[in-house]
Amino acid sequence: MHPLLETRQLKAFYGDFQALFGIDMTLDAGETVAIIGANGAGKSTFLKAIAGLIHGEADNVLLDGTPIGARSASDIVRLGVALVPEGRRLFPSLTVEENLLIGDYGCKVPGPWTLDRVYALFPVLRERRHSATPALSGGQQQMVAIGRALMSNPRVLLCDEISLGLAPIIIAGIYAGLPQIKAEGTSVVLVEQDIVQAMKVADRVYCFQEGRLSLTGRPRDLTREQIHRAYFGA
Amino acid sequence: MTSWLDALIQGVLLGGLYALFAAGLSLMFGVMRLVNLAHGDLIVLAAFVILFLAAKLGLDPFVAVLVALPIVFVAGFALQYVLLNRTLGRDLLPPLLVTFGLSIIIENGLLQLFSADSQRLRSGAIETASIPLGGGIAIGVVPLLTLLSAIAVIVLLNLIFYRTPIGRAFRATSDDLEVAQLMGIDHKRIFAIAMGLGFVVTTIAALYLGLRANFDPTIGPARLLYAFEAVIIGGLGSFWGTLAGGIVLGLAQTIGARIDPEWQILAGHLAFLVVLVIKPRGLFPRAQD
Amino acid sequence: MDEASSRPVQTFRIKTVGRASHAALVVVTVALLALALLPVFAGRTLIQDLIFLYYMLALAQCWNLLAGYAGLISVGQQAFVGLGGYILFALTLTGGLNPVLAIPIAGLVSALFAFPTALVVFRLRGAYFAIGTWVVAEVYRLAFAQVKPLGGGTGTSLTPSITSSAYGIEWVKTLLDVRTPAARDIVSYWLALALVAGTLAAVYFMLRSRRGLALGAIRDHETAAASLGVDIYRIKLAVYVATAAMTGMIGALIYLQKARISPDAAFSVLDWTAYVIFIVVIGGIGTMEGPFIGAIILYLMQHYLADFGAWYLILLGALGILVMLLAPKGVWGLVSERFDLTLFPTRRRLVVDDEERPIASKRPKMRET
Repeated sequence: MHPLLETRQLKAFYGDFQALFGIDMTLDAGETVAIIGANGAGKSTFLKAIAGLIHGEADNVLLDGTPIGARSASDIVRLGVALVPEGRRLFPSLTVEENLLIGDYGCKVPGPWTLDRVYALFPVLRERRHSATPALSGGQQQMVAIGRALMSNPRVLLCDEISLGLAPIIIAGIYAGLPQIKAEGTSVVLVEQDIVQAMKVADRVYCFQEGRLSLTGRPRDLTREQIHRAYFGA
Repeated sequence: MTSWLDALIQGVLLGGLYALFAAGLSLMFGVMRLVNLAHGDLIVLAAFVILFLAAKLGLDPFVAVLVALPIVFVAGFALQYVLLNRTLGRDLLPPLLVTFGLSIIIENGLLQLFSADSQRLRSGAIETASIPLGGGIAIGVVPLLTLLSAIAVIVLLNLIFYRTPIGRAFRATSDDLEVAQLMGIDHKRIFAIAMGLGFVVTTIAALYLGLRANFDPTIGPARLLYAFEAVIIGGLGSFWGTLAGGIVLGLAQTIGARIDPEWQILAGHLAFLVVLVIKPRGLFPRAQD
Repeated sequence: MDEASSRPVQTFRIKTVGRASHAALVVVTVALLALALLPVFAGRTLIQDLIFLYYMLALAQCWNLLAGYAGLISVGQQAFVGLGGYILFALTLTGGLNPVLAIPIAGLVSALFAFPTALVVFRLRGAYFAIGTWVVAEVYRLAFAQVKPLGGGTGTSLTPSITSSAYGIEWVKTLLDVRTPAARDIVSYWLALALVAGTLAAVYFMLRSRRGLALGAIRDHETAAASLGVDIYRIKLAVYVATAAMTGMIGALIYLQKARISPDAAFSVLDWTAYVIFIVVIGGIGTMEGPFIGAIILYLMQHYLADFGAWYLILLGALGILVMLLAPKGVWGLVSERFDLTLFPTRRRLVVDDEERPIASKRPKMRET
């Protein structure tokens, strides 16, 4: 029995610069995994490598045991892995609704997530459906970005820093949607700088330090000291 | 007085032709940021395709163009997919030089195949038909059809861009290539479809180019310049702006020609330069970017 | 402390001149002398061919400076070739000036025209700049077609008395015992040699200067260069005006040699821009060596294939596209990568010397050589 998503000795390079030095991670169906670590630890790079924006060896990334590490980003979405990119990156010349609709452009997979379900999850978006996205608040933009990724009915949702730059009350609103997403059977990989938030929702935690795995475990098994050391180094 | 009113009317009608030239260029730039130096030669090539089909199949040019449209769509798709997609990136030089090379190949290929002789698309009585407006002013049916076709093409392009999934994909890809891929959009295919569509618009433009006046293989570059001027005068990013730009250019050329026939083209270029100096972003710039 | 000082120390130097380059300097000097003396031995056909090669090379160096170094991709340099040619015709036909004197004045006038031209076309960015320059060249062409004293749209010719009045022709006639047409070619040859050598020297020293360093920064990253205080606009303007002046002088010489001018020929995008771009792209853009190779390739193709007319141009276009896609650094790029060779050392190269030598300071040393 394979895990749903697995990385084996995943490495990533930006030109000559090596950002990841062989990361092993598994994600089972229905699980939520959080990846924490300081700035520049390679967390975003890790998600980009899974999503196909950075190319690597085919068998570094496996989905249901099938190597997908060398597939293009547009292929990987079709296979059921969707990324909510860092900084939201909505399409500015598309309205809110168009941003959501474009989410299933490449893959009309039947599943729980439709436009109506996304509006039910984030009701404010329905009110602003015809607005241009640059006119939205940061929190609303983040909701669109998550909704846009959900529209492809992914089996794995990769979320990159969805709380970045938002006020705590807004963050709470966005995280309130997470149980519903999990309830539909979607597995989640969460990159998060906010450790407390990450510990609350994750089944397991991976900590990165300078492109290497420094700690992994269940949140309740880890002590503050362990995390502190894994986060900042000895 | 009548003569000037006539010049205004003819100028607006001529602007329809330039808007058709410009719509294709604007579409290619809008989707893939490609500035296509072969655009003028592609218009001339399309005119020869219509001419060839009309002669071989014994069709009226208006019917021949319908036969040509699917062919040119596939040709445009293939050109983008096989050749031009390889040139896109941060560096400006490859797309410019590859399309410049293409322009030379097309022009000389046509010279080789069809000689330097002037050609014209023949469509019988409609070519010379006109609608008298009284006071000695008349509107030619073909120039009127050109302007109406330009408006129809722009309405259709706007519908495609703002009302269909493929249009959303065009805009999304143009906004952010990387994130578009995260939506499962195969940008190479999207670009190829856009080029195919660009070829369709170009071929419609070619129909009226060939019906309104003589053409030969060497007139492409001038058509590129008119198309480019219409796009810049109108302001980047809006098809209606392109129509306005085409009309400004058509008016400038027609009025220049009324003063001295030799000044027609020069007057158009000068109008463009004046707009560039006074309003560098064009007359109707889009609010964003 | 002891441990640190005994560690191998890396010294960094910034190098612009390689060993091959000193040799190249000697070679260039000797070659220039030899080329200057060539008319004593060579036949008239060779001299005429070399004139063509020289002015194409000079034009290519100018375009390469614009596009390859300053990122100003112009397809309108024919504006200044034609302008230079027409200025020479105006000065000699109506002003009675000696053609040799008219050449530098043509350069000066071209530079004066380049200022207002730049003010307009610099409003367009990147690829749009390219088409904008083409529009301007068309404006020049159509405007000169309106100048009736210079023949309007059909053009005009220089009288034999003007073409043979150039300084030095009488001297060459008596010295080498040749007839007037041959002596004219020889003087044109020397002028072309002087212009190409002058262009090379100007480009070379421009690239070696502080301004050249700034150009590299602009080419690599425009916004970053701007944030470091590089005044991009002024540098680009300077390059644009300087190349216009050089291109104008070359144009004046070309039309002195041709002795007949018309707007369509003088402002031809094919002759004065397409061929020139071909030379630079095939040879290797962004290097001074590339245009040499490209000019020779174009000359050979012109010589052996020009009779094929349209097919020849189709081949040129196809070759240009293939090189751009498969070997974007051109022939010289392939050569210099393979052998790590530079003949015109315009780049600063970082050289790391590993030395097993204790020195006082732990920090790497930087010095300019």
